[in-house]
Amino acid sequence: MIPVATTFFFYFLAVLAIGSAIAVITQRNPVHAALALIVTLLALAGFYLMLYAPFVAGVQIVLYAGGIMVLFLFVIMLVNLEQNIREYQFNKQWLVGTIVALALGGLLLFVYRTGRGTFPTVFYQGYRGLEGDNTQQIGLALYGQYMLPFEIASLLLLVAIVGAVVMAKKRI
Amino acid sequence: MFDAITKYLSSATTPGEAGSIFWATIYILIITAGISLSVIAMNWLERKILAHMQIRLGPMRVGPHGLLQPFADALKLLIKEDIIPAEADKLVFWSAPVVVTMTAFTTFLVVPFGRTHAVTDMNIGILFMLGVSSLGVLGIIMAGWSSNSHYPLMGSLRSSAQMVSYEIAMGLAIICAVLMTSLQTGTGTLSMIGIVEAQASQHTWFIFKFFPLGFLAFGVFAIAMVAETNRAPFDLPEAESELVAGFHTEYSGFRWSLFFLAEYAAMLAVSSIAVTLWLGGWMRPFPNWLSGSIWNLAFSLFPALTLFVLAGLCLLGTARMPKIPQMKIQTVGLGIFGLLLGFIGLVLIIPGVRERVQDIYWFVVKVAFFMYMYIWYRGTFPRYRFDQLMKVGWKVLLPTGLAVLIATALWGLLPQISSAIVGVLP
Repeated sequence: MIPVATTFFFYFLAVLAIGSAIAVITQRNPVHAALALIVTLLALAGFYLMLYAPFVAGVQIVLYAGGIMVLFLFVIMLVNLEQNIREYQFNKQWLVGTIVALALGGLLLFVYRTGRGTFPTVFYQGYRGLEGDNTQQIGLALYGQYMLPFEIASLLLLVAIVGAVVMAKKRI
Repeated sequence: MFDAITKYLSSATTPGEAGSIFWATIYILIITAGISLSVIAMNWLERKILAHMQIRLGPMRVGPHGLLQPFADALKLLIKEDIIPAEADKLVFWSAPVVVTMTAFTTFLVVPFGRTHAVTDMNIGILFMLGVSSLGVLGIIMAGWSSNSHYPLMGSLRSSAQMVSYEIAMGLAIICAVLMTSLQTGTGTLSMIGIVEAQASQHTWFIFKFFPLGFLAFGVFAIAMVAETNRAPFDLPEAESELVAGFHTEYSGFRWSLFFLAEYAAMLAVSSIAVTLWLGGWMRPFPNWLSGSIWNLAFSLFPALTLFVLAGLCLLGTARMPKIPQMKIQTVGLGIFGLLLGFIGLVLIIPGVRERVQDIYWFVVKVAFFMYMYIWYRGTFPRYRFDQLMKVGWKVLLPTGLAVLIATALWGLLPQISSAIVGVLP
């Protein structure tokens, strides 16, 4: 299917993502911040769809928006919010903040200037073939070419799970 | 105009694949209206069937046999006072029912009611359905938290814990079916249409594949899906004997009816997943055993026959109505309804329509079976305690799902393993 109104959707999703990301850090109420974060994640999933990576978009929704954020909200609802809202929201580390922000901005600018050629100028042409079997391509790459890194990553997750169980359980 | 319609209907793709925005919009409208109508029908059926299970009559007053009761209820909900608690978080309180309803309806984008009867076919079909339906729990959490009240908060805490636990077992069962799609072609698929076509090309529904394994995976899914939709016996988030009404205690009027709509739409959505993955989607029963043109004709007459039976029941009801002046309107109304059903049945006999409609019919019949099971569970099983719920999820369903997954993978690899062993042997 030929994409329609890509420019509109790009700017729409961009505004949505940036706006809700700003809301994440400015909202005083942690639940509002978490909900804004969900909107950001969904907008990013939309971007993945526009880049013809439906599998990544699906995983983004299932894992981040549907799984991790539910746990976030679960934990936030369990803690006492009253005290949180009254506390001062930002700490006065503006010097360090400015340096870090400048460094990150410089890095992004550097990557954009040096690697401009690697960005596709037209998004959909040439990617039409990939859209059809995106999931299959990712599966083949993960379990073929990148088997070892994949196994190492899953081992890391296993260690994290065992660690969580050890910390959470009083008597083992 | 007519040419355009017939030309489209004779093409063999979904509107999404064909890239036709107009037809996609039409399909979305039809599906949304159809789901809303079936929610209304489910409302009446659930009350009637539950009543008959308890040897009661159920709704009898509004319309013949209470047929108009759901419409009366809907009207009542629409004109009811809309209350928002003073201390509630307004924005979140408003958006919670919207989120729940939108996610429940969006999942139907990829549900294949037939080879051509889906809005679109996605490469990530089943993943999309899982993802969007897992967003629905966010709406429940938002509703419970924003009400600023104890019972709703307890309900939404229970709901989120339950959803996260049962999603894992559900995912494992789904992976079993996805693994089975890869058996003949070598590459599996997540697309809903692709999954049904894999079952067609392997000449078996996946519930009967690798005999106990497909059945076990289906069983894990069938239990997990009841828990995912917060229905009895897993309806702890809205346990009325403990939590008043759970997460929607503070909701009233139209907002509450949105929760109701979303709950039934989600039930239909997970039932469609089960039908697509294990029960052969839109395929008719016994395509191998009872094949041939005569059987094809016989099975394609089923939609019309069903409507004729319903019409006959309505007309029988008309004849058995008490012959008193007060019941006259009801008698006439029931008669007209029966005749209308019979007329639709006649339309469905026309060969062109018949061919087009039968796959939708079989899909809907299979989903209706699951909906009846939902009502049956509710009439039969007592509610679980929360620790029992967690025990079932984590200690029974999760290990079973994992074992079935490993066994399915091994069984699928059996030809390769045996040929490798034969190759090593002298």
